[in-house]
Amino acid sequence: MIGEYGTKYYYGDYGEGKGGTPATSSQQQTQEEMNSWPLWEVFIRSKQGLDHKHVGSLHAADAQMAMENARDVYTRRNEGISIWVVESKYIHASNPDDAGSLYDPANDKAYRHPTFYNLPDEVKHM
Amino acid sequence: MTIEEQFQHKIEEEIKIEPKDWMPDKYRQTLIRQISQHAHSEIVGMLPEGNWITRAPSLKRKAILLAKVQDEAGHGLYLYSAAETLGISRDEMYHQLHTGKAKYSSIFNYPTLSWADIGAIGWLVDGAAIMNQVPLCRTSYGPYARAMVRICKEESFHQRQGFEILLVLSKGTEAQKKICQDAINRWWWPCLMMFGPADEQSPHTAQSMQWKIKRFSNDELRQKFVNMIAEQVKVLNMTLPDPDLRWNEERKQYDFGKINWEEFWNVLSGNGPCNKQRLDARKKAWEEGAWVREAAAAYAEKKAMKAHTQVA
Repeated sequence: MIGEYGTKYYYGDYGEGKGGTPATSSQQQTQEEMNSWPLWEVFIRSKQGLDHKHVGSLHAADAQMAMENARDVYTRRNEGISIWVVESKYIHASNPDDAGSLYDPANDKAYRHPTFYNLPDEVKHM
Repeated sequence: MTIEEQFQHKIEEEIKIEPKDWMPDKYRQTLIRQISQHAHSEIVGMLPEGNWITRAPSLKRKAILLAKVQDEAGHGLYLYSAAETLGISRDEMYHQLHTGKAKYSSIFNYPTLSWADIGAIGWLVDGAAIMNQVPLCRTSYGPYARAMVRICKEESFHQRQGFEILLVLSKGTEAQKKICQDAINRWWWPCLMMFGPADEQSPHTAQSMQWKIKRFSNDELRQKFVNMIAEQVKVLNMTLPDPDLRWNEERKQYDFGKINWEEFWNVLSGNGPCNKQRLDARKKAWEEGAWVREAAAAYAEKKAMKAHTQVA
């Protein structure tokens, strides 16, 4: 019985059905993809004085709908007092592969940190 | 270190994997399958409960149930959004659900016959889900873990409102006590199946354990659930439908009877009481919502064009 369904069964993973077609095969599916609403990233300020923080993404036809959907999906329990939505295609992200060359120049500048300086104990609160 | 070793090293150091990081194809595929099927379960899970929104016994219960079902939609959306970071599109996931390629939790293929079922779903089904989901908050893939944190925060209300429904029924008339016990009887065994096959029958959790996608075995979680519910059911003055259920002083755990796995595989392969009904409802919603999606896209396009000509 098990073999028939594959072996990877645990919570949230029920294996795959034998039916079904690859999603990208049909003409209609390609059409659907073209019609689908763009992806938006959602940022929420949880309270006055704090930064907006990324919480996830959603699909919406335009900014107004993205805002309304963000309200419904991400702030059902007073999680926010301000929402930013940005179409995902406008986000430019650094590449993790470049982490070395990007952040390396900061590594050898220990003198930027206050702990670099040894001061006598008599100097309090500095 | 090879790139695979670097990856495994991160996992061992409890450093989360983020969308743009390198990951083995198999890891990506496993996650896409697990997260999308988890998302489908949340969405399909709205159907059995939605059945009772118009039939809730009071305005208060109706408002609560509406809020709960809306939460389930939210959970589905958090998870779809996490799955999309792995490179699968939303439409493709829907397509996999509608064509039967992607599965969802077998529990949602059972019918909700009485109001007490809404209580049993909150207490038992959401209780079992929480047992599984809490460890997933520490799963190795960042977006999945973050979605699970948000979900777990909201689930506790679901379980408590369910238990409270049953508590009220358990103190009610004979007829109310009867539907309470009946709902527990029908939902108990399918809930135990939610944890998946016994460990010796699912040998392949090893890879997922190594990648820290999964953190506890099916049987460990199931046992924890039985221990918890066997105590809580006493508060309701009800019983669980298992003559073999008893405290084992030596193991310091509850022993329980054999699960009917044939039923589990049957429901999973499409032959449960409501499989067809559930899938048909999802397909209908998708097909009949097509004009809304198209109209909204056309409207957005028109607005964008207008704004463009005004600038020019």
